[in-house]
Amino acid sequence: MIPLTYWLMAAMLTPLLGALVISRLDKLPDYREAVTLVTASILFSINVYLFNHLDAASSAQFTIAEPIEGLAISFVLNQFGLMFALIASGLWIATSIYAIGYMRAHHEKNQTRFFTLFAVAIAGVMAVAFSENLFTLFIFYEFLTVSTYPLVTHAGTREAKRGGRKYILILMGTSILFFLPAMIWVYYLADTLTFTSGGILAGHADPKWVLPLLLMFILGISKAGVMPFHKWLPAAMVAPTPVSALLHAVAVVKAGVFSLVKVVVFIFGTDFITESGANKILLWFPIITIVLASLIALSKDNLKERLAYSTISQLSYIVLGALLATQQAVIGAGMHIAMHAFGKIALFFAAGAILVTMHKKLVSDLNGMGRAMPLTFTVFTIGTLSIIGIPLFGGMWSKWYLLSGALGFEQNAVLYWTVLGALTLSTLLNVYYLLSIPVRAFFFTNPSYTVIKEAPKACLIGMAIPTFVTLYLFFDPSIFYGLSLSLTGS
Amino acid sequence: MNEQLTILLVVVPLMIAPITALFKSHTISWILTAIVSFTSLILSFIILFDVIDGSHVIYELGGWRPPWGIEYKIDSLNAFIALIVSAIACLSTIFAWQSVPKEINENNYGLFYAALQLCLLGLLGIALTGDIFNLFVFLEISSLSSYALISMGRSRKALTAAFSYLILGTIGATFFLIGVGFLYAASGSLNIADIATRFSTFADMQLVMTGFIFILLGLGLKAAIFPMHSWLPNAYGHAPSVVSIFLSATATKVSIYVLIRVLFDLYPVAYWQALLLPQILLVLGCVGVIYGSFRAWQQVELKRLLAFSSVAQIGYIIIGISLLNNDGITASVMHLFNHALIKATLFMGAGIILYRTNTTKLSELRGFGGSMPWTFAAIVLAGLSLIGVPGTVGFVTKWYLLSGAIAQGKWIVVVAILAGSVLAIAYVWKIVEAMYFNSKRKMVIQNVKSGDINLAKAPISLSLALWIGAAGCLYFGLYTELPYQSAQSIATALLSSEVAQ
Repeated sequence: MIPLTYWLMAAMLTPLLGALVISRLDKLPDYREAVTLVTASILFSINVYLFNHLDAASSAQFTIAEPIEGLAISFVLNQFGLMFALIASGLWIATSIYAIGYMRAHHEKNQTRFFTLFAVAIAGVMAVAFSENLFTLFIFYEFLTVSTYPLVTHAGTREAKRGGRKYILILMGTSILFFLPAMIWVYYLADTLTFTSGGILAGHADPKWVLPLLLMFILGISKAGVMPFHKWLPAAMVAPTPVSALLHAVAVVKAGVFSLVKVVVFIFGTDFITESGANKILLWFPIITIVLASLIALSKDNLKERLAYSTISQLSYIVLGALLATQQAVIGAGMHIAMHAFGKIALFFAAGAILVTMHKKLVSDLNGMGRAMPLTFTVFTIGTLSIIGIPLFGGMWSKWYLLSGALGFEQNAVLYWTVLGALTLSTLLNVYYLLSIPVRAFFFTNPSYTVIKEAPKACLIGMAIPTFVTLYLFFDPSIFYGLSLSLTGS
Repeated sequence: MNEQLTILLVVVPLMIAPITALFKSHTISWILTAIVSFTSLILSFIILFDVIDGSHVIYELGGWRPPWGIEYKIDSLNAFIALIVSAIACLSTIFAWQSVPKEINENNYGLFYAALQLCLLGLLGIALTGDIFNLFVFLEISSLSSYALISMGRSRKALTAAFSYLILGTIGATFFLIGVGFLYAASGSLNIADIATRFSTFADMQLVMTGFIFILLGLGLKAAIFPMHSWLPNAYGHAPSVVSIFLSATATKVSIYVLIRVLFDLYPVAYWQALLLPQILLVLGCVGVIYGSFRAWQQVELKRLLAFSSVAQIGYIIIGISLLNNDGITASVMHLFNHALIKATLFMGAGIILYRTNTTKLSELRGFGGSMPWTFAAIVLAGLSLIGVPGTVGFVTKWYLLSGAIAQGKWIVVVAILAGSVLAIAYVWKIVEAMYFNSKRKMVIQNVKSGDINLAKAPISLSLALWIGAAGCLYFGLYTELPYQSAQSIATALLSSEVAQ
């Protein structure tokens, strides 16, 4: 029997090895894509294996180096991380299938580079998920930024270059300006950076420092898309759709909120935050982001940009849940990482399918297109409904816990009503700016869309996977509920 | 037995350099240089492992006892600097094998390598000697040979660059000499340790203070500390590739080493603390970081960009010294090593680009990343180290530097360091962007004969040297024992000498 530690190592090495093989198969595109799929499947199986052996989780731990005394680059199997790893690796399979259809139909250049770096980025995600301490997380947070840069700028056009510049400057700039000093400060106070249940700062830091310190983390982890450092995400939409779908609706942005939740729960500790009262002020950041991003989404005619702003708004739900710091809210935050991932990736897949088949990018061009692409718009509708949080779709559960968490927040009456108001308002806006798209597509008529013309088969298969998962998760959210439960310490 | 090894570090290049100058053949001169640099590397390693625990190795030249005779007193700082210098010399030598025949006039091979060895000799001598006048002599040996080396650059601008460096370098060296003279007049001694122990007996003399200021200004010029850096971008920008690599990684570092010696071992810390010097240095360091990074960002030519980035990086080292705590000095000393590695790697990258395309203008390098992915990858890796991305050497320094500043509660310094890092992202990304994206126009390549094989492949020795450097950026970012232990032992020694006085 192979020790669990090796399985954990394999979770990070598999995508890297895959990348190595993929990069050598430039001349054999069929084999290259087969290797991508096989790698993704192996990775997912490894994560499932780890999931089945969670009871011995703490034994699976290893260190690769200790560059600074007392700070090691080490990894440990943990429930919350495994949830992230499962989502990312599972959706990697779907995205790979989808990407095969998309990249070929779209005649993209440099496809080998694309598939190679995709695998490298996934390796970074695995490393973020299984980080044992904040230092390791920071390293691979940056790794993820750098390795996804070539994917964002894949097109190589001037627009891509400009988007890429914004991407790297905001993501890396904020992390160095705020994240790094905040981390050193924590280390200075607590003398450790290991993620510990209940936090490491309680008892080491004066509660009055929680506010500036946590603020630095919120600003520094700009992958979470909290305003004012959210502009990189719309800028990243110049990337090919599979990249936007997996990386900028799931892997990269979720790495941001994942890090933030980790910091809140395992560095500060929810009790310590409540005690300090810092969240009363900091909650305004996600509240404002949720509402403003929804309003901006409303004004965007470019479909992918609209989805990007919708993502920004949804990410702040998770940040909000973490900052509310009540049990239910934190569980809701954890679950929303999963639920939003499946819903949003379905939306992006649909947007890509429209682009690749009909060559349309604007929402206003979609009138009546539902007749030509019924499957695509069905997927889009289901994704939308899940994100709005309507029953029969998985997205309902995370909103349920977030709302009940908000109801349990009793520190400040004004804030209490504002949070509830913001959540309600953004749900209404969601209905308006997302649901209006399939409504236009299905109920408007347009003489040019009469014959059915769907996206390539591979795209359709890729789209079907997250759609069915969304439906399934309504009936059985227990997997993600169970894994999120670790955030509350039980 | 190890006492003899220390003097060999100086004697070997001193003996071989004149012999090298006699040869015209590239192969022979190169082999002799390789012997010198690899011998130095091995010797420095042996010495460093002897003294890393905080002990000393003492060698008296000619058997004359100090303070009359010249004494080599090697502690971990000396050995560490010698290691940096000789390691970079080895890298440069590997690089030189295929780069020099292309860039240097074939009549000058012997002279070039002889000058390179003399420069190495001078730098090693500075690092080892415990006698301040002897130090000046070595400083001049290294400076004179570096003027000659820079002037051998391909473009005619190298001549003016070398000349202005000569003027400023000489002013710097003269100031240093005047300072040493004043100090000698006051103390009657040239031995650093001797002056330090008897310092209180003549501390009140005006001469001592005047001498101190002269020494400081002289070293500031040689180390290119902002605002005395104006010679550096031209000198490094126009020098032959090998010389840029070697000097950018070692020359200013060694001057900073002298500065550290003067500040901590020659003059008592309390003496210059009373002159508000730490504050002045701190401000100069911070401004240097911002200014250097900003100017680097403005450049349109790769080697000049890298040179301005050196000005900024020197700023970090100065900040670390002026923080006057353990973390700060550890950071500075480690950055001497880390920055040498990073900058050598980047200049090697620039050297390879120059070798193949005959240009380092950023606007003419479009598509370079695609045609030379491995070289490009190494440049990106070193560039990320320059920013201080975790997992690379640059990060380790930045961590200790920030810890030092936070421990002192100097928030403005923290902000300056971070702002410098953000500017570093901007200028490093300028390089990456310039090379990564293809343009509609093909890459512009000038002065290449048709059928020239150099265009198609990076020569093996250049790539080898580049990748040793790049791998070092990563390796020492993860496994920091060697630089960290040395820096720790140095910081402890420097700060304890402060307490002792």
